[in-house]
Formats: sequence, structure tokens, C-alpha cells
Amino acid sequence: MSKYSVIGQRVHRVDGPEKVTGNAKYTFDLVLPNMLYGKILRSPHPHAKILNIDTSQAEKLIGVKGVVTGKDTLGKKQGIWRRFSELCDEEILCREKVRYIGDPVAAVAAIDEDTAEEALDLIEVEYEPLPAVFDPMEALKEGAPQIHEGVELNINVTRHIEWGDVDEAFKKCDYIREDQFRCSSQAHMCMETHDAVASFDYSGKLTVWTSTQSAYYIQALLAGMLGLREGDVRVIKPPTGGGFGSKFELDSAQFCACVLSMKLCKPVKIVLTREEEFTATKRRTPMYYYLKLGAKKDGTLLAKEARVITEGGAYTGMGATALYLTGFFSSFPYKYPNYRYDGYRVYTNTAPTSAMRGFGAPQSVFTGESQLDMLAEDLGIDQIEIRRKNGMTPNYEVPGQAYIQSCGLHQCLDEIEKHIKKRGKLPPNRGIGIAAYGFMSGGIFNWFDTPYAFSAAIVRINIDGKVDLFTGACEIGQGSDTTLSMICAEELGIRLEDIRIHAGDTGICPPDLGAWGSRETLMNGNAVKMAAADAKRQLMEFAAAKMGVNITYDLDIKDRWIHIVNRPERGVSYFDIVKEAIRGRDGEVIIGRGHYTPHRKGMISPAYSFGLQAAEVEVDPETGRYKLINVTTAHESGTVINPLGIEGQLEGAIMMAGGYGFCEDQPMDEGKILNPSIADYKLIRSLDMPETEILEIDTYEPEGPFGAKEAGEGLTNPTAGAIGNAVYKAVGVRITDLPITPEKIFRALKEKEKQGKKSK
Amino acid sequence: MKKELKLTVNGQPYELYVKPKTLLVQVLRDHLGLTGTKRGCNESSCGACTVILNGMAVKSCSILALQADGGKLMTVEGLASGTELHPLQRAFLDHGAFQCGFCTSGMLMASTALLNENPKPTKEQIKEGIDGNICRCTGYNSIIRAVTAVAKGEYKEGK
Repeated sequence: MSKYSVIGQRVHRVDGPEKVTGNAKYTFDLVLPNMLYGKILRSPHPHAKILNIDTSQAEKLIGVKGVVTGKDTLGKKQGIWRRFSELCDEEILCREKVRYIGDPVAAVAAIDEDTAEEALDLIEVEYEPLPAVFDPMEALKEGAPQIHEGVELNINVTRHIEWGDVDEAFKKCDYIREDQFRCSSQAHMCMETHDAVASFDYSGKLTVWTSTQSAYYIQALLAGMLGLREGDVRVIKPPTGGGFGSKFELDSAQFCACVLSMKLCKPVKIVLTREEEFTATKRRTPMYYYLKLGAKKDGTLLAKEARVITEGGAYTGMGATALYLTGFFSSFPYKYPNYRYDGYRVYTNTAPTSAMRGFGAPQSVFTGESQLDMLAEDLGIDQIEIRRKNGMTPNYEVPGQAYIQSCGLHQCLDEIEKHIKKRGKLPPNRGIGIAAYGFMSGGIFNWFDTPYAFSAAIVRINIDGKVDLFTGACEIGQGSDTTLSMICAEELGIRLEDIRIHAGDTGICPPDLGAWGSRETLMNGNAVKMAAADAKRQLMEFAAAKMGVNITYDLDIKDRWIHIVNRPERGVSYFDIVKEAIRGRDGEVIIGRGHYTPHRKGMISPAYSFGLQAAEVEVDPETGRYKLINVTTAHESGTVINPLGIEGQLEGAIMMAGGYGFCEDQPMDEGKILNPSIADYKLIRSLDMPETEILEIDTYEPEGPFGAKEAGEGLTNPTAGAIGNAVYKAVGVRITDLPITPEKIFRALKEKEKQGKKSK
Repeated sequence: MKKELKLTVNGQPYELYVKPKTLLVQVLRDHLGLTGTKRGCNESSCGACTVILNGMAVKSCSILALQADGGKLMTVEGLASGTELHPLQRAFLDHGAFQCGFCTSGMLMASTALLNENPKPTKEQIKEGIDGNICRCTGYNSIIRAVTAVAKGEYKEGK
């Protein structure tokens, strides 16, 4: 029997009934009295000077209530890397220059969307087009157009990670491979596009409802950009239709709605169109990857070197973090004694690139796991075996970087090995490829320069025993409302239905960095657990006094029963103690407080999840077309809080990460995204979805609440790599640039055929 | 020039006046306040706006409201009876067949139309039935399991 009564149960999502009835009110659904509708005018040029903006005709259109440009702002530049002012490079409403097709130049508020749209056509912007550059390799050259003033060779950020003596180690290797890869872009494609309702009132307070992954970041960034005190900006996150990394920076819908609302003292709603979502919000970072890998004959990996150039697009965003993480996770999940990474993020005149689920790690895993398979084959070593030989183990220190406590990689290898055996001899043109991965449970870095704890929670026990849980965590679909409610109920020893969660509202919740980097379960979970324990301790004091227990006895609460641990039948009802405790405190409700900031946990994260995935594909050698047949994942994420939630995260990750490997791409011509609609942007639909199997490995993470760690983004890491390796196994061609399309396979097969004929 | 439009939505008759270019989804959401029906793309590619018109699943962003004149519509708000959830809604809860929930109304309506037409669909037929609906969170398999469970009779009406 489980020692937990709530944790580990397959519970319904706490936001479930509202969502399956269509009753959940998203930002998209909100309508306020006197509300206006906004639209944003965007640059048609990839790079141009703004000479003049004439809004007079637009302002005259009947129904238009206001038009704003960069002149109506404080003219500040913002960015989420607040600690480094040179990386705060985005005005949002451009004043002098536009840097990509889609950069905002003006916004209109009108009585309805059609009128606002019509007004956009009446705004005259005089541009002086400038030479533009789209490829980071070109942007790095002497004489390339300079996208940001003072930024030489358009190098936005560089990152260097190194340990051991890489050059010496390569000399000792029996075998070395050097390979190059290219990782493509990907759209987050949240079902709810970016949107906001901003309402500035005559008392000088701003309230913003918005679809976001971090209410706190948006509050702080808006306050900075608008010249308001943080306390005068309240950001409320209603149910949010997906984020996947696209919704924790300040975006054009939020900022323009606020600027308009402050000018007009009326609520303004802006919903980005699907086309804007594709062309003018951020996207997964495309990367050029060079990898050098050296090993002994027996497959022991001695050294790895990674050099990466990323396409930054027009602004920094979270791209600087993706640059760092892709470098760090290129060393995962193996014990490289010597490792070196150099990454360069380069500005281009394309839509900015940033965080997306996996945060640079899917690129590391696709490239690294492809190369590792190639090296293993060259050395005649089995793919599972080489991973077993070098894979991370519990209590391993990544030199100078990270300390890994729990790690179930080796059990994952065992399980996948069994799975592959079970699939037996495969028919022709079928192959199973594997990819191993690890991921962080929240980042330790504080580029935002928050003075607050990374996570915090407040627990309030009311007279009837119902608990209000206040947290800044942001439910975006990943299930944090449910997970955190379960943690709260478990710690307090009550039931899930005793908890009511209030999350993602800066007006009532303590600050929390939000839902990114797979951080909510561990970081916010720890804060919630601490707050619940604080409240529980206060109840226990009353219970101990009332029960007159021997002070050597321990009390606990289970299923609403406060009892002596060794004599569970001796106890009192939770509800009775709550009533008496509040009465005894002169009517003061019971409030527990908790917070969490990682300390002494290395540079990256307090804990890491691990896994191994096997993808099975069937390729038609005539056309290169292939099917995803089965994706099986052995995965460990510490204690499983909600099994239903993990299954959902895992299967969903396969749709998204499989899409990254299989079909999703954003081709461009001169900085223009060529497929900015769902009809043209190919993603995995129900008919393409493979069978999915989950092999859950039991681990316990000492740093996590009840032993839990991340189960969100890590799962996005392996699939593209596993597909690449599977295609190779099936038909013997190696595709090194994503996505792995039938066309690329077809061409590679033709090339192989040609080579084969020549060698005969 | 506005035109008269008569519709029955979830059993409730409505008479209203709309501009000829008004879309069905706009009438539902903006005129009738039935915001359960979502808009994800406005070009009939994502399925978030799926409703049932005269027994057929249609994408309400790609139909003029006046084309539905005289029609009988069912939206997600019509699935539950009172506080009693529809079998598909209960199955979606049990199987974790949604996360962010933005596609869910459309998924439920596409699944309802499928089961009305074919109460015992195969797995392939369920996949085809929801192929016009994108879910960016779940990876579809939990939705397929939920619909399968309802088709197998694991969820009875009114329980």
C-alpha cells in the first residue's frame, strides 16, 4: 500500500469540469463593459528605418477611439534578461527602426475588430528599407548589415562551458567523429493565440487579464515599460490555452493593449490572429551544430566538443537561455570527463527565436544521439551498451556545473532493451531508434534579477476546514493546479476536494517565476508543501494540547484524522480541531507560508529527470514517406504525483517533439515565413499519431516535494533524435537536418543507390 | 443591412438580426454569449469551433450564420443536462483527454457527431473522426481512449 493517500492517485484535473463543459473563461472569452478592440500594425519589411508614421486618417475613421505608436510609450527597451541591460533590446512598439517582418509599429483601438482592422490600412508609415540579413552565418560576416547598434558581427550572446582538458583527451582517443547538423525552427502553435484584456482606471491602476506562463514576469515587465509601480499592475491569468515557452515574455498583445488602455482609460482587448501568431511571436531556435566526439575502442567516451551558432532573429528574448541550455544538455546524459561548448547567438532579420518546450535540449539530443549512434556503429558497439557504459548514475557531479542526485537512466536502458527484444524481428524497412535524455526541474539562474523567492505559496485554513491555496504558479494546461492541490492535500492530511487553489493572480498570490523550465512541480511544489506544513504545525499545537499527549508521541493527520502515529485509532477530527484552533486564536484564520529558492544546487537545476525513448518507423523506400508506428518511453521523474497528468505530458510531448522530427518547419524567403497558417503548417494530427507506451521507472528525488521532479519538458527532448536513428535503422540513410522529411530521405536513398553503383 | 436569423441552439429557439457576413461562430460567441465554442484559426483548419448543425459536425468559423438559418445547433454547452455530465465529458475527465482545454469543446462536438453517426467506431474511424481537430497538448491518444470507452458502453447516460 502506498504511504500516500492523495499522491499517486489517478485524479481528475481540478480544472476539469469547467473545461469539459466549455464553461472555463479564457482571456479570449472575456468581455468587459465599455471594452474596445485593438489591432496591431506590423512592419512588412525585414529591416527598415521608420521615417514617419501618419495616423491622422486612421483616427478620423468612425469607431476608432485611439491610435498609438512608439511615441506614446516611454521609449524604453525591454527584455526578460533584466540583469543585463544590453540584452533588453525590444521596444515592442518600434520608434526608429523595424528589424523583422511583423515588428509592431502602431496599434489601434476601436469599437470592434473590423473597424480596428480597417483603421490599420489608413495608417501611413514611411519606411526606408535597409539591407537585411537572414542567415546567422551571413550575419556573422564582416560587412553584414548591423541589426542592433553597437553589436559587432551581430553577435548577441556567447556562451562557453568547459571542464577537463578537451584537447589533451582527444589525443588519447582511439576514435573521433566530427559531424555537422542543422536544427530547424518550430512554432509553439498554442491553441489560444496570444491575447490580453487591459483595463486602466482613473485611480491609476492597471489590471491585465492575459494568457501567460508567468503573471509575475508580465506584471514586472509592464510596470517597467509603462512607468507604473508593480503594485499598481495586477496581472490575472485566466485558464490559458497552452504556452509551451511562448508566453512568458512580454508580448505585443499585452503591451499594446496596455498602452491603448492607459491612453483611453477604457478596457482594450487584443487577440492575435493565427497568422500573427505564426509570424510575429517567438519560435523555437534554429541551430547550426558542429560536434566532435572521441572515444576509446571499447566505447568509453573521453571527450566531446560542441560549437553552435543559433539564429537569434531580431531580439534576445529567452534565446540567451536556450543558447546556454543547448550547450549544457549537449553533455547529457553522459559522464564526459572532458567537455567544451562554445555557443554564439546571432541576430538576424527574422522573427525572434526563444524558448520552446525543451528549451534548447531537443536540439542537443537530436544532434548528440544521432552522432552517438554513428560512433557506436563505427566501433561495432551496441547502441544500448554504449549508453550504459557512459550513462549518468545517481549522485554524479557534472564537473563544476551540476550535482545529480536521483537518476534512473540505467533502469530506463534495461526496460527499453527488453521492449526492443519484445518487438522481435522487424519487417523490412522498419527500424527502431533510441535516444537518451535528461532535463532540469526548473532553472537556478536569475537573469530576471528577481528579488523574490523563486516560488512561494500561502495556505489559509477556513473555519469549515476548506483550504485556500494561493500560489503564483501558472496553470497553462500542464496540470499545475491539480499537482499543487494534491501536494497541499497530502501534506495537510486532508482530501483533494478540501483544497481550492487560487493561482496566477498577482493581486492575491505571492510572486512565482511561473511555468517554464519544468519548474512548477519541484519549486512551487516545495513552496506549497512548506506552506501546508506550516499550517499543519499550527493545527497540531492545538491538537496536542487538546489530546494531552505525551510529548514523546508524534502526531500526524491522515484523511482528515489527527492522530497519534503509533496509535492511529487515538485521534480527533481535523474539522473539530480547525474550529477550536481558530476560536482559540481570537478568531484569526490559520495561515501557513512557504517559499523555495534553490541554494547550493550547482549552476543549472536542483534536480534532473532522465529517460530513454524508442521510436519505431516504417519507411517506404520508393518515396521516402514514413510512418511513426510506436513510440515507447522509459521515463523517471521521481515520485509520480498524478499518473494521469504524466501520461498526458508524455503523449503530448510525442505529438510536439515527434512533429519537430517528422514534419514541423517554418521555411522562409527573405525573412518572410512562408507557411503562416494551420493549413500550411504541418503538424501531427490524430491519423499520424503513433501508438505510445510508457514504462515508468521508480525513483525518489530528495530535493523534490515527496520525491517528485519534472515531467514536462524533458519528454520533448528525445523524439526527433529517436526518429532520426530509427530511419537509419530502417533504410540506412542518416538525415542530419531537421525535420526528417520524406523528400530528404528520398534524396538520401537515391544518393546511396548512386554511391552503391559506383562502388560496384 | 441586417437580416433576420432564426436558430435553435441547444433546444432554445432564437430570433436575431445579423449582418450578412457574420459567421456562425460570431453569432454563438458574440451574440448569444456561448463562449464554449472557440476560434483557433478562423480558416477551418483547427477544429476548435466545431459545433453540430442539423446532426453534422461543422466548423462554425467557416459558415455564414445565415447559411444556418432555420437550423438546429448543438454546442458544448448543450452536452450536459443540468449538472449531469454527458458520457463523453465524463470519459474525457477519466482519461485525461484534455489539458489546456482550448480544443476540448471542438473535440467533444466532433466526437459526439461521430458517435451519433457511428455508435461503434473502430480506432481508425475515431482517428478519422477527430482528424480535423488539432490538440496541441494531449497527443490525441487519450481522446481516442475516451471515445472508445464511451463507444464500448462504459459510460451510461444520466449516471
